[in-house]
Amino acid sequence: MLKLLKNLKPYWLSIIGVILFVFLQAISELFLPTLMSNVVDIGVVNGGINYILKIGGMMLFIAFIAMAASITGSYLSSRLSIGFARDLRTMVFTKVESFSLEDFNEKGTDSLIVRTTNDITQIQQLTVTLFRMFLRAPMLFIGGIIMAFSKNAQLAFLLMSILPILSIIIYFVAKKSMSLFQAMQIKVDKLNSVLREYLDGIRVIRAFNREDYEKERFDKSNFDLTGTARKVNTLMALLMPVMILVLNLTIVAIFWLGSIRIGSDIMQVGDLMAFVQYASQIMFSLIMFSMMFVMFPRASVSAMRINEVLNVEPKINDPVIPLIPEQTLLEDGSEKISRNIALQETRAEKNGKGHLKFDKVSFCYQNAKEYAVCDISFQARPGEITAIIGSTGSGKSTLINLIPRFYDVTRGSILINNIDIRDISQESLHEMIGLVPQKPTLFTGTVAENISFGNNSNQLSREEIKRVAEVAQAARFIERMPDGYDSFIAQGGRNLSGGEKQRLSIARALARHPDIYIFDDSFSALDFKTESRLREALKYEIKDTIVLIIAQRVTTVMGAEQIIVLDKGRIVGIGPHHTLIQTSEVYREIVSSQLSEEALYE
Amino acid sequence: MSEKEARPAPLTRGFGRGPGSHRGLTMPVEKPKDFKGSLWRLIGYLKPYWSKIVFAVVASIASSIFVIISPKIMGRATTKLFEGFMLKIKQVPGAAIDFIYIKNIIFMLIGLYFLNAIFTYLQNYIMVGVTQQVVYEMRKDTSSKLSRLPLSYFDGRTHGEILSRVTNDIDTISSTLQQSITQFITSIVSLLGIVIMMLTISPLLSLVIFFTLPLSILVTRIVAGKSQRYFIRQQNLLGELNGHVEEMYAGHEIVKVFNYEKESIERFNRLNQQLFDAGWKAQFISGIIMPLMMAISNLSYVFVVIMGAVAVARGTITIGNVQAFIQYSRQFTQPIVQTANIANIIQSTIAAAERVFEVLDEVEQLPDKENIILVSKPEGNIRLDGVNFGYFPEKIVLKDINLEVKKGQTIAIVGPTGVGKTTLVNLLMRFYEIDSGKITLDGIDIRDMKRADLRSLFGMVLQDTWLFKGSIKDNIAYGKENATDDEIIRAADMAYADHFIRTLPEGYDTIIDEAASNLSQGQRQLLTIARAILANPTILILDEATSNVDTRTEILIQKGMLSLMEGKTSFVIAHRLSTIRDADLILVMRKGQIIERGTHKELLKQKGFYADLYNSQFIGLKGNYIN
Repeated sequence: MLKLLKNLKPYWLSIIGVILFVFLQAISELFLPTLMSNVVDIGVVNGGINYILKIGGMMLFIAFIAMAASITGSYLSSRLSIGFARDLRTMVFTKVESFSLEDFNEKGTDSLIVRTTNDITQIQQLTVTLFRMFLRAPMLFIGGIIMAFSKNAQLAFLLMSILPILSIIIYFVAKKSMSLFQAMQIKVDKLNSVLREYLDGIRVIRAFNREDYEKERFDKSNFDLTGTARKVNTLMALLMPVMILVLNLTIVAIFWLGSIRIGSDIMQVGDLMAFVQYASQIMFSLIMFSMMFVMFPRASVSAMRINEVLNVEPKINDPVIPLIPEQTLLEDGSEKISRNIALQETRAEKNGKGHLKFDKVSFCYQNAKEYAVCDISFQARPGEITAIIGSTGSGKSTLINLIPRFYDVTRGSILINNIDIRDISQESLHEMIGLVPQKPTLFTGTVAENISFGNNSNQLSREEIKRVAEVAQAARFIERMPDGYDSFIAQGGRNLSGGEKQRLSIARALARHPDIYIFDDSFSALDFKTESRLREALKYEIKDTIVLIIAQRVTTVMGAEQIIVLDKGRIVGIGPHHTLIQTSEVYREIVSSQLSEEALYE
Repeated sequence: MSEKEARPAPLTRGFGRGPGSHRGLTMPVEKPKDFKGSLWRLIGYLKPYWSKIVFAVVASIASSIFVIISPKIMGRATTKLFEGFMLKIKQVPGAAIDFIYIKNIIFMLIGLYFLNAIFTYLQNYIMVGVTQQVVYEMRKDTSSKLSRLPLSYFDGRTHGEILSRVTNDIDTISSTLQQSITQFITSIVSLLGIVIMMLTISPLLSLVIFFTLPLSILVTRIVAGKSQRYFIRQQNLLGELNGHVEEMYAGHEIVKVFNYEKESIERFNRLNQQLFDAGWKAQFISGIIMPLMMAISNLSYVFVVIMGAVAVARGTITIGNVQAFIQYSRQFTQPIVQTANIANIIQSTIAAAERVFEVLDEVEQLPDKENIILVSKPEGNIRLDGVNFGYFPEKIVLKDINLEVKKGQTIAIVGPTGVGKTTLVNLLMRFYEIDSGKITLDGIDIRDMKRADLRSLFGMVLQDTWLFKGSIKDNIAYGKENATDDEIIRAADMAYADHFIRTLPEGYDTIIDEAASNLSQGQRQLLTIARAILANPTILILDEATSNVDTRTEILIQKGMLSLMEGKTSFVIAHRLSTIRDADLILVMRKGQIIERGTHKELLKQKGFYADLYNSQFIGLKGNYIN
């Protein structure tokens, strides 16, 4: 929590301002009882109406100052606390955007969303109340004590002797309530997760007739939460009356001792009246302070979770002096459209040079015992298709996730044009890659915006968008949509079918004209007819680029120049279809699992 | 706001609001649709506790009365003190302060303060108990209501929406019940008491206070109205910003590889800045309510002091009464602000309650018939007679489906996506009810059976691999209560899952976490297959059951599946044609109708839609072969 508050530094001027104005306000408010005591002790006792009016005018003036100070303080503090939340939000978001996939998955998407949204709102609420309300507490406290001493030191000492008792009460209640609040938070989360699980699995639960079991599970969490909530709130129910009681008793004690002093002529009635008001202000500030402890646990849980994000050391960083790969050096970003043709020429010249090379690459997920992929070596040349096939969990997706540096290799290296990808900036590395992921992710916006996603500096022309949509076999369904290319795609592409989403995400990759295409099982949601049409159209489009295809279907990979057969993270066969069918046992098994005998040897 | 599925519900929602917040006054208030009706219904929940609530109300009235009379009593002490003091000043012989009188008053006060504390505590304590009990019941009711709702309810809503009704809305009700009811009573009693007290002390001074009252109401009204505009803007912008965050995080890898980070951060910063602009204005404007109220209160304070002092000097009022009056006037605005606050809070609470009641009022699935028919020895003969069905009345999904399946047969259903393949399954298991026609199982209309009985005959493996947080063992055992370890291992073995389970660090006791990051999609699928195997049903439904498993593994599983399917009626929905070649009957569906039916060979001979579909998967293959 304190660590987060360090980020308030740029606001130090405002903070001092807020403190100053709040202090001014507190002092002026505290000054009113003193003036009142003057009214009583001098004005009333002597019956001087003029004096009363004069002091009254002064009181009005001071009340006005208090208001002005308070409003100015409120202005500063609201800009300050909302600004702080804004900065924090930017910090967290920017940080998360820089996360590699490894960092990202460690926390999980949902958890990161909560940290960027709710947790920061929680902190904002704390700072708002902190500067608006709680800052007044110590000011009133200090100011009240000063005034109390100035009125009567002996009584003030008496007052001071009660304060430790009060502080001890506050301390214990706060300690107890903090841990209870935290326990309750955990139980609230638990109840939520039980319910969410129920909603996610409702079909299965009903199919297996486990409604009663789930109901019991919910009830158990519900009961658990209720118990803790009752405890917390019962404690809170006790806190207030006790504090008020102590406050009242103190005032009574002061009154009694004060009146004795008045009896022995060491004090005046007005002074006592003012003193009583100071005492109640001091006590009240303590009560206000104790309320802070109710807010604090909630915010400190949030602060902890935000800090966790901010403290992540990115595992993948850009090199200090990034190299620039030759091919991208030739390309001028401004000529994206003519680029394709130009590229093909340059590529043809460099056919021998431009390639992707895996050199004894091994990778191990954090905390995993075994390598996910091990000792992988192969080369992919432009104009060739490299297909990767293998069982579930054989490491296909892991392998291609290493290319855009979603993860960094544990051993070995990946080279593009003989440059280690760790020596290039991530931006220029990504510039070269056109990825079509397994799960097609689309974004809120129009179809056209989704296709030209990430091509910020050079807005793609409508013709180009249409052309790539055509290639991706998406043009037909797009044109059938109400607004064609300007049709709106809802968050996550909810208004599209799986196959439509997949085709759009292919079009999106095509629009980048990358040097390396990565298709991660990207045709799975397409029916066979569409897939074969798509592959036909792709053939021309991806000529002269490096193409990596992960596939389940043998038909998808058969035409590839080189097929890599993965099994348990290792390459167990590499070569074209006709060689593998003879040399690789695993490949033969995969093929025969999918094709009928006739089809194979026809 | 976003409607992303399974959106995390806000984790941190309070019981009780922040201290001293002006939330109720300045935030936009949601208006309930039927205030009266919903209010009565909420009160209905409180009925069983009426005696406790009455006690709490009495306690709160008592405690506020004690609060109100104590300044007046204290004032009497001050007056006595002042009188004695004045006499001494005037050097009246034998003048002294009447300490015995003061002492008595002080003891009286101490008694009052203790009573006040006890009654306040009692009232809080009772309300905490009642509230927690009511809220517990409410959550329980909602949960069991959910279990009686038809599947269409869940399919038509996002999970976030349902979640927020059960958690957030009930939370709102909870904090209101706990605090606002008694606060409301206390405020009204205090207000009345203070007015009476002030009037008895001095009608003239009271006039000063009453005069400032409309002023403070006016100020609050104007300022609150202004700030509400900004609060609404802030709310909308926050929604937009959160939507952006959700989307960018959900598509993190795409954002990265398409170099979209900069644009994404730019957009975020733009929204964030707008949010700041609206946010600080909302805070500032609502923040000046307090100083303004304070100023008004100070204003009346000064007037009271001046007028009071003049009156004391003239001897028309005692000084103790002035002191008491000052204290009353200080307390006067608080209950007014509080009542206004609570009025708003109650409104939004009723709106929240309404949303909960909406869930409770949803149409439940048809209850099981009273004279249900038990299938003693299920065989698995299924017949569909002229079945029609649509998720919405105007949009028919299945039209006049007729089908006869004999026990032990395997039926494959193929066709493009969205033609109603899964719908058929929904109907067989009575997740949805058919619109017309009849489905019979061993000659019995499935509507004459108990849902639980019907479903216990089915085993289901879906594309969606749902597992819950718990050990692998428990997840497999989900299919059968009291399954032994041996049975679980055998089922896992048949599903070809035993091997990979044993390679996990804790074997069968490995905990599957929520994100299930420790298992691949394929492995999850194998576990769901094992679960179905263990359940040993009469009828099997495999809805794209192997879509997440590669074909080589699939061949291996298939052996297990085949032995599982033996003697059982099975429905197989598949994308991959190779997996359904051996089916006894293949149904080809298109646009809600069965357009072709027959065995693989028969259908190929027909050279229809199926043959077309089947052959297209080899186009590429042949082409490459010729090359």
